[in-house]
Amino acid sequence: MKSESGALFTLAGFFAVTSLFAVGGGNSVIPEMHRYAVDVQHWLSDRQFADSFALAQLTPGPNLIIVTLIGYHVAGIAGAVVATLAMCGPTSVLAFIVGRASERFTGAAWHGALSRGLIPVTIGLTAASATVIASIADFSWVAVAITLATACIALFMRLHPLWSFAAAALLGLAGLV
Amino acid sequence: MSSPASPPSPSAPTAEVPAAAPQPSIAELFLAFAAISLSGFGGVLAWARRIMVERRRWFTADQFNEAFALCAFLPGGNMVNFAVIFGARIRGPLGALAALAGLLGPPMILIIAVGALYAHYGDLPALRRMLTGIAAAAAGLMLATVAKMARPLFNGSFKSSAGIAPIIAVATFAAIGILHWPLPLVLLVIVPVGIGAAFRNTGMRQ
Repeated sequence: MKSESGALFTLAGFFAVTSLFAVGGGNSVIPEMHRYAVDVQHWLSDRQFADSFALAQLTPGPNLIIVTLIGYHVAGIAGAVVATLAMCGPTSVLAFIVGRASERFTGAAWHGALSRGLIPVTIGLTAASATVIASIADFSWVAVAITLATACIALFMRLHPLWSFAAAALLGLAGLV
Repeated sequence: MSSPASPPSPSAPTAEVPAAAPQPSIAELFLAFAAISLSGFGGVLAWARRIMVERRRWFTADQFNEAFALCAFLPGGNMVNFAVIFGARIRGPLGALAALAGLLGPPMILIIAVGALYAHYGDLPALRRMLTGIAAAAAGLMLATVAKMARPLFNGSFKSSAGIAPIIAVATFAAIGILHWPLPLVLLVIVPVGIGAAFRNTGMRQ
């Protein structure tokens, strides 16, 4: 077991570096967080990671709030704050600088090519995130069915996703999952 | 994703007042982003647009789209980047900090409370079973997001897809989702390829 400050440094270093590779948003780095937190550091089990993802989805706020939860799990409130600041600090500084610079040359051609080039990467990363979450959340056929049904409802019906969560929670509570 | 019903808006400007609203103060920035953050279950972007453009009129629709497009290719959370860029344009570095604090502060407090409850009660059988169901549903929601994003890539309507864009998406997916390779290594190879292909394509069209 590492010392408390050792864990904080590890959290800070990992999330600061990972945030810079979060192409297309916080959801893109779910597989990397899972790989590192579960497989490399053994901070959480698969089950706890799946739970953290679910709880972060249920709590209002930006997607990357799962980082706060992982930090809290590793090192309490200090861990939560350190992980969140590490995840948001470096990219915020970058956004500040680029935001300032871009006021001078909006609509440049490289702008469009850059974002078009990143779109397929973002799609691949989000697909990987969905796969990783499904692989640790779905251990029964009923769970797989809930995953597919929620996806279909979100795609083809205008129903608020909270309804899917409520139905899934009830199915779970009834012991069917 | 379905957008939530219209929010109660006691201070909504009426259609007869076309003049731009005065620039928000630091405190107003903080409160606006806290409101966006806490109401943004599932679709923070829709709420941000509603509050920033329609209700408060701090941004025109064009300014909003331009700032958000910028966030799409910057690394990091989209809303985090948006808060920084927006806050900075209105009130400089302090504005960026206020917007960021509003966006992150309230959900951090909430999620720490959730984490504390989970640490105490996470092993209760009833909660355990509910979370199993919710995790499966959360995976489904992300699957739907992927399907929505990927549709234009594979049905040919994606502008720069000279055949290579779907290959890049599938290669990224395989490296990260199936082979579980480290993200930085994969991106250091695949991002230059993706951007290079998009540039080449742009050049050929012009």
